[in-house]
Amino acid sequence: MVAGTAGETQEPASFMREHTKRKFLPYAYLSPTLLLLAVLTVVPIVTVFLYSLFDNVIVNPNPPVFVGLENYEEVLTHRKFRAAVSNTLYFALASVIVHFIIGLSFALLLNSRLLSANVKAFFRVIYILPWVFTASIIAILWRLLMNPHGVINFVLLEVGLIPELLEWLSDRKLAIHSVTFINIWSGYPFYLVSFLAGLQGIPDDLYEAGRVDGANAWQLFWHITLPQLRPIIISLALLDFIWTIHQFTLVWMTTGGGRNTEVLSTYTYKAAFSSYDYSEASATAMVILAICTLVAIFYVRSQRMADE
Amino acid sequence: MKKLVLCFMVVLALLPGVSMAQDVVLEFQQWWEPELPEGSFRAILDDFEAANPGIKVETISGPYLTTKDQIIASAATGTMADVVGLDGAWVNVLWKQGALHSLTQAMADAMYDDSELAAQIQLAGETYMIPIANFIYPVFVNLDMLAAAGIDPPSTRAEFAAAAEALTDPDNNVYGWAQPLSLEQPNGIQNDTMSWLWATGGSMLDDMGQPNLVDNMQLADTMAYIKSLHDAGVVAPGAFAMKENEKVEEFVNERVAMIINTLAHFTLIRERNPDLNFDITALPAAEGYDGPRGLPYASWGIGISAHTVHKAEAWKLIDYLTSVEGNTKLTSIANAFPGNVNATPDFIQTDQLFMTAFEIFQEGYLANEFTGLPAAEELMRRFDEPFQLYLEGEMSLEDFLDEAQAEWEDIFA
Repeated sequence: MVAGTAGETQEPASFMREHTKRKFLPYAYLSPTLLLLAVLTVVPIVTVFLYSLFDNVIVNPNPPVFVGLENYEEVLTHRKFRAAVSNTLYFALASVIVHFIIGLSFALLLNSRLLSANVKAFFRVIYILPWVFTASIIAILWRLLMNPHGVINFVLLEVGLIPELLEWLSDRKLAIHSVTFINIWSGYPFYLVSFLAGLQGIPDDLYEAGRVDGANAWQLFWHITLPQLRPIIISLALLDFIWTIHQFTLVWMTTGGGRNTEVLSTYTYKAAFSSYDYSEASATAMVILAICTLVAIFYVRSQRMADE
Repeated sequence: MKKLVLCFMVVLALLPGVSMAQDVVLEFQQWWEPELPEGSFRAILDDFEAANPGIKVETISGPYLTTKDQIIASAATGTMADVVGLDGAWVNVLWKQGALHSLTQAMADAMYDDSELAAQIQLAGETYMIPIANFIYPVFVNLDMLAAAGIDPPSTRAEFAAAAEALTDPDNNVYGWAQPLSLEQPNGIQNDTMSWLWATGGSMLDDMGQPNLVDNMQLADTMAYIKSLHDAGVVAPGAFAMKENEKVEEFVNERVAMIINTLAHFTLIRERNPDLNFDITALPAAEGYDGPRGLPYASWGIGISAHTVHKAEAWKLIDYLTSVEGNTKLTSIANAFPGNVNATPDFIQTDQLFMTAFEIFQEGYLANEFTGLPAAEELMRRFDEPFQLYLEGEMSLEDFLDEAQAEWEDIFA
């Protein structure tokens, strides 16, 4: 009887233990990842956010002073910050749009049945080359090419396309376009590779059915190719937009953010490591984070829709 | 027996501690070692250790930019090395953090006579950095190009403008002068712009050390003079994005006849173009000015961490490196001018160009008003931005100087 009573009381206890174990087991499995996320992402973001609410942070012996949103007000109303936002938007949007056009065009060429396998392999290597170089190498390369005495000016002068030497990176009207061009050159292979994979995944049946219905090449492209690539296009565009907003090395090493090429990343860098104003830099970083988060939400939503 | 073994083991365990307690190990962070012939800097420190038993020096060496970032980061966390190599552009930010020990105090504690020091960088009346190796910036001239044009190295601004005009040949991509004004490396404002002002005895600061860019006739004249060179088309194109190394390349490749450049590039220029026939001359001064000419310079400075517990030993290291013996050794291997007025580096006696440079050095005075200023690099950058607009004709001289003054006051505040 006694033993029976003990068995009855043990049963619910072991059930509870099992229940608790089952409840927490998934979290135990997740804990290494959660810990890493906390240390590598949450803690730095929270720290930078706190810095943005204080003055006298990091390189000041005086105790930090809570100033609330003053740093944000200062940053958002600053003439140079607004110019940096405008330049960043141009830089990012132009890059994304032209990346898309060039990437898709080259992918269509490489997916063509008119070319032999060897020719395709050769051009695949050529087209993908810009992706191989690091940003600093690309910056050095293009600084040399775009030097007033560089190859580009020489060729354009020889063929009569320009009347005089152009200062691609030091002319206020040209510099932002030159830097955007360099970024486009360095980034299109990512689109090319992704689109090529996407194109190769479109079933031939769809094109055959289209042809049977009398569709021409443009109609096949518009009604079959583009809709089939839609999930890839959205993902690429959003990711590229986020990456381009972060682009620092190319702009910094080509123009230093001068000549109307100041972007958010160079603005933040100067505030932190040149002016040593880490409060302002933190506020700027949080603004960039907010923009990127907004785009990331669109990205996640588009992914969910694609999955459904 | 057990007790005996135990005692023996305890003694053995304590021995290294006793030995460690005798030796003070100084951490010395700088960017100099990688820039010097391999092993040569260590040899100087070995000499110091031999002369100062009980003090060991452990070097933390890296490239300039890495060292700068690490020193500023370690200052924020209070973990800066005991002795640090300093650039005049960082002193202020480190001082503001309270990361540097007063060298005035260190000298007083050691009863040191500072009369042999060529310069001391002071903030609020106390020394925080001592320049121990100086690299001056004279004008480098291409002698063959000057000879072909039948002109002598210029000594005044008018002569320089005339020479630059005579040497410029745009059809062959040859220009009289190059002025790097890249915003990534805005030191062109210090070396290639303000240097013209200092060479004529001018200043960009007032008596209180505050920005004095407005109603400063000498500065306005200097800026107008530089604009006249740009307007005359004698400045190599691409100036607004040009960096210092590109300026040197233009000179090495004989596309530019004259540049203001550091002596540290002597070896580099000779290696890149052994046939280049060049000389150096003092920076041209304004007509009628016969006073001593300020020479722009960059320094390897040295300082002590405020947090080190080995301040006396740290000062001994600085004392050695600024002594006639130590400073002669260091500046000889660095091809630099000494921080000790009585030190004489070897190269001065063996190289004609260095002899000329030493004469220029002795006739003038070291002038770099950016040293010790708050966020010096940012000051240059904020001057550079409206300066470029002025050179392009997009902004008047008055508006340019007004804007630069406002930007500088913002930083000083």
